[in-house]
Amino acid sequence: MDFVQLKDLRHNRFHWTRRPAKTHAITAVIALCSALATPTQPLAETRSHGDTLRLRNWQAPATLNPYLSAGAKNVEAASIVLEPLARTNPDGKLVPWLARSIPTLENGGIAADGTAITWRLRDGLTWSDGTPVTAADLRFTWEYCMAEGAGCAQAMKFDGVSRIDIPDAQTVTLHFDAPRPMPYQAFVGPETPVLQQAQFADCLGPKAQTCSAQNSAPIGTGPFVVKDFQPGNMAEFTANPAYRTPGKPGFDRVILQGGGDAAGAARAVLQTNEADFAANLQLPPEVLTSMQTAGGGRLLTAFGPLLERLVFNLTDPDPASGATGSTRAHPHPILSDPSVRAALSLALDRKALVDLGYGPAGRVTCALIPAPARFAPAQPEDCADQDLARARALLDQAGWRDTNGDGLRDKDGRPLRLDFQTSVNPVRQDFQVVIQDWWRQIGVETNLRAIDASIFFGSDPANPDTFQKFDADVQMFASAFAGTDPGNFLAGWRCENIPSPETDWQGANIARICDPGFDALSAQLAETADPEARAQLVQKMSRRLTDSHALVPLVHRGRVAAAAKDLEGPRLNPWGSPYWNIAEWRRAP
Amino acid sequence: MAPRPLIRLARRGLSLGLSLLAIALAIFGLLSLAPGDPLAQMPLTLPPEVRAAMREAMGLDAPWPTRLGLWLWQALIVEPLVLCDTLFGTTWAEGAPRLISWHSRSPVMGLIADRLPQTLRLMGLSYALGLACALPLGLWQAHRYRSTADQATTALTMTAYALPPFVTGLLLIWVFSITLGWLPSGYDNSLRITDAASLGTELRQLILPVAVLTLQITAQLTRHLRASAIEVLGADHIRTARAKGLGPRALLMGHVLRHSMIPVVTIVALGLPQIVGGAIITEQIFAINGIGHLLISSIHAGDLPVVQTITLLVAVLVVLANLLADAAYRWLDPRLTR
Amino acid sequence: MSLRPSRALWALGLMVLGLLAAPPLWAPGATAPDLTLRNLDASFAHPLGTDRLGRDRLARLLLGGQISVLTGLAGMALTVLLGTGVGLLAGMSRRLDPWLMRLTDLCLALPMLPMMLLVVMLFHGPLTAALGQTVGSFVLITTVIGLTSWMQCARLIRAEVLRLSGMEFTRAAQAMGVPPWQVAIRHILPNAMAPLVTSATLAMASAMIAESTLSFLGLGFPPGTPSLGSLLHEALPYLGTDPARALAPGALFALIVLIVTWAGESLRQSYDPRQ
Repeated sequence: MDFVQLKDLRHNRFHWTRRPAKTHAITAVIALCSALATPTQPLAETRSHGDTLRLRNWQAPATLNPYLSAGAKNVEAASIVLEPLARTNPDGKLVPWLARSIPTLENGGIAADGTAITWRLRDGLTWSDGTPVTAADLRFTWEYCMAEGAGCAQAMKFDGVSRIDIPDAQTVTLHFDAPRPMPYQAFVGPETPVLQQAQFADCLGPKAQTCSAQNSAPIGTGPFVVKDFQPGNMAEFTANPAYRTPGKPGFDRVILQGGGDAAGAARAVLQTNEADFAANLQLPPEVLTSMQTAGGGRLLTAFGPLLERLVFNLTDPDPASGATGSTRAHPHPILSDPSVRAALSLALDRKALVDLGYGPAGRVTCALIPAPARFAPAQPEDCADQDLARARALLDQAGWRDTNGDGLRDKDGRPLRLDFQTSVNPVRQDFQVVIQDWWRQIGVETNLRAIDASIFFGSDPANPDTFQKFDADVQMFASAFAGTDPGNFLAGWRCENIPSPETDWQGANIARICDPGFDALSAQLAETADPEARAQLVQKMSRRLTDSHALVPLVHRGRVAAAAKDLEGPRLNPWGSPYWNIAEWRRAP
Repeated sequence: MAPRPLIRLARRGLSLGLSLLAIALAIFGLLSLAPGDPLAQMPLTLPPEVRAAMREAMGLDAPWPTRLGLWLWQALIVEPLVLCDTLFGTTWAEGAPRLISWHSRSPVMGLIADRLPQTLRLMGLSYALGLACALPLGLWQAHRYRSTADQATTALTMTAYALPPFVTGLLLIWVFSITLGWLPSGYDNSLRITDAASLGTELRQLILPVAVLTLQITAQLTRHLRASAIEVLGADHIRTARAKGLGPRALLMGHVLRHSMIPVVTIVALGLPQIVGGAIITEQIFAINGIGHLLISSIHAGDLPVVQTITLLVAVLVVLANLLADAAYRWLDPRLTR
Repeated sequence: MSLRPSRALWALGLMVLGLLAAPPLWAPGATAPDLTLRNLDASFAHPLGTDRLGRDRLARLLLGGQISVLTGLAGMALTVLLGTGVGLLAGMSRRLDPWLMRLTDLCLALPMLPMMLLVVMLFHGPLTAALGQTVGSFVLITTVIGLTSWMQCARLIRAEVLRLSGMEFTRAAQAMGVPPWQVAIRHILPNAMAPLVTSATLAMASAMIAESTLSFLGLGFPPGTPSLGSLLHEALPYLGTDPARALAPGALFALIVLIVTWAGESLRQSYDPRQ
């Protein structure tokens, strides 16, 4: 407070002549105006909770157009209204959604040379405003995403599509510029639903960003239509009167609320009955288990491709190398030796990591591709046990011994000291602390660093702290692949995808692995169409990567959601949105 | 004679306008140094070409004079015109590019307008209650100066003043929501007030957040009210009134109250930035979707247009409050208009 | 409860000393993980139990208190330095006074918390990258607190300097030809210790509050560092199941801030010429 002003008052003599009520009036009016100036909410019909589905997500959607933002919260919210041609069910199988059936080589849907795929729409499909869905809408959606300046976040799903033909109003044929064994990218999954041409016709190119009316209330074919959308806050939906299945959906109204935190969302479902379903719960395991035992609802888990992993830098990040630091010009002095990497991996107790960080939301795994089941090895846990003795033995054999008695191994005058960095995240910080402790027990000293997620995962080429620049020896983060086929994902580890100054530090091969045998397998995979053969190849490739220990799988992370006791129907889907089958949900009688 | 107060007001207005411009420049200057990437929250499966296209579409790579000029023009000219359009049905701002949030691709002012009522409601109620509590408390304390009751109350208000809102908020949640279960711990933002029952629910869920903020405001106001009331009590004319035989109630209500109210206006205006901070934290704890919550989530998301605009708005609010307090102060205290 | 300054200052001194000087007693338990001792309940060996990494919770609490107090002291030092500098300059120099006061008014008009959040958001990355998470956050928080709280101190010091400049001994010194900077340092500043010490104590309280607020919002110290604010932040999800996790750091924080504020208030009252 301003003491000077009060002290100035002290010396003056008063002679009050104004009416006393004025001061009361002023303060009263100010306070009253501010309290009353806020408009109360508009009247609405009262609905019982049986009619309304209350959804919670700790992050509220920012937009309902998945083409403008690939963030999970937006894609999932949009999936309530917009639908694609086909979706992946929780078992990893493709099911037709707006399409009549899944096109395959056998039924002629995929051309024999693999350069075209033909989809047929169901009969009688209409948008929620009553107009029919036609193939023209499909082609328009492709043009919308590919338009110059649109900033479409899903452009890679249309990668390789050279043109789209419309033989008739119900049929669409996508032509690729090269044979594709897995053509199920475009219009499959919640990331690429069909948009209505009539609604988005004026939103092509740069105008896509500013069409806020369309982006906030897209017209779709889904079981619900948008009634009200407050970005970052909540979205309200009502049942689609023109929905294709009679008797569905089982609710008249859906409210998707976000903001707050995961604990509040879980509490709302499991303890206080303020919500029916809460998705994307990232909570400490003790909180999850104790809330589960409260009995107000049930926890649902589903395991997709998300894998938390350690990545070793096979190149030398030493700043003394100057601009060529972290490039293949300088192999790493310590981590180039596979036995050192194996020893570091052996010192980890994955079971303890899962218990510490994820509880029911995590599983032990040693496979790089832990899901779908056909790509995962038969025994995914065969590296789970921590073996400190063998780790120490491996390091001894590799020539790393403690010659100067300081508790730290060294070799040729170089101490075994590593820089370990990851993003700022409480679970990851905990992991860093315990991993540092285990490595200390085998004589390795680790410096820990945590970098803000917006910088670590940002793609600024000038910033030395991005995970692609890899200005450290070890990194930890999680990544996954879109869809159910890891072909493109594994191709990211080809030699040509190493981030370097020439590529502006863009590239998916963070560990800087350059293995000609692996590249050959990847090229072979790109030409293999037979699912069995693909599965074998994928297993072979991922085993090759994990055996090299340049990539160390830590935790298979699943998705967790909470559902109220009386809510029937939710089946958590790791390959898509948690609301993928929301049309089937109903209140238990 | 007549132009002098007008000249003074004009000069004040001009200096305030310049201060606002300086504040806007300071905010923009700070924010343009931001190293974070708003696209960092996008999944890692996004290939670099797509990221680059998205950056360009969001206008992230334009040179800073362009971005500054565009922001100032949009914030100070286009958005007020849009407000006129919505209020009066004119079409002055037809087709002009509006301030768009990077994160939600919708107009920033729309986001703010959605959240403003909640924050105003919270702060308005807290201020009203705080004043209502602080006035009698401060006067009573001055009346019982240096007694045990006064010192005990001083200790209490000092405690309330010293404890930050998140400590009191957590304490209140633990006592009333978790242990006793009387009040909800979260705020249901989708609640529509349609009948007495929903109004009752709305009031129930407002009690805890309003209590936290009211505690802060009451503590702040009581301290200063007590101090100024004590000063006034020591003045000559009050002693004269007592010598005349005026009783304590008439003395307090008739003389001391009016005289010690003058600094209240100044205190309320000067304390506004602190209360805004308190409101931000309260909204975060109780998950109320107000302006403060929007600010925090936009900071975490790296959504610069929203952060810039909200900070500017809050600064404008504070400056306006100071101007109002100044004007009210001059009007209340006749000595200053002479 | 009389607000005698000596009692309050004793309490303050004792508390600060206790928190800063006792690390050898409990430091090891606060940082080394031990996965065999996870999530234990309160016992004789661990009066508050252990946390999820097996570290003693009481030790972490005391370490958090130490970090918070250190940050408070550093923030206070910067605030007082800046405020005294500006106040002294404004009080002594007639030319610079109106400009400095305008600057002070401008900074007072800026909303504090949003500006702090802004600066933290901007500089957190580069600073922590250069200096490490903990040290970088410490430097950032201290700087932010100093930059946003110096105004009150400046106004107080300026008022005091103006008052002292009008006094006989200052005029005498100036008449003797003592250069102005010497007058400021040797004559005026020692006599202005009263408001300086008062505002220093109050600045420490607000510095601690600011740091805890930032850590509570997740923008202060990184998740591993146990400052009292981040301990509160970590305890939020457990509020329903294990409220003691939040109550202990909250109680310690409240105690520290209350003692500091008590000391500051009693100092202010004792130095107030009103009495």
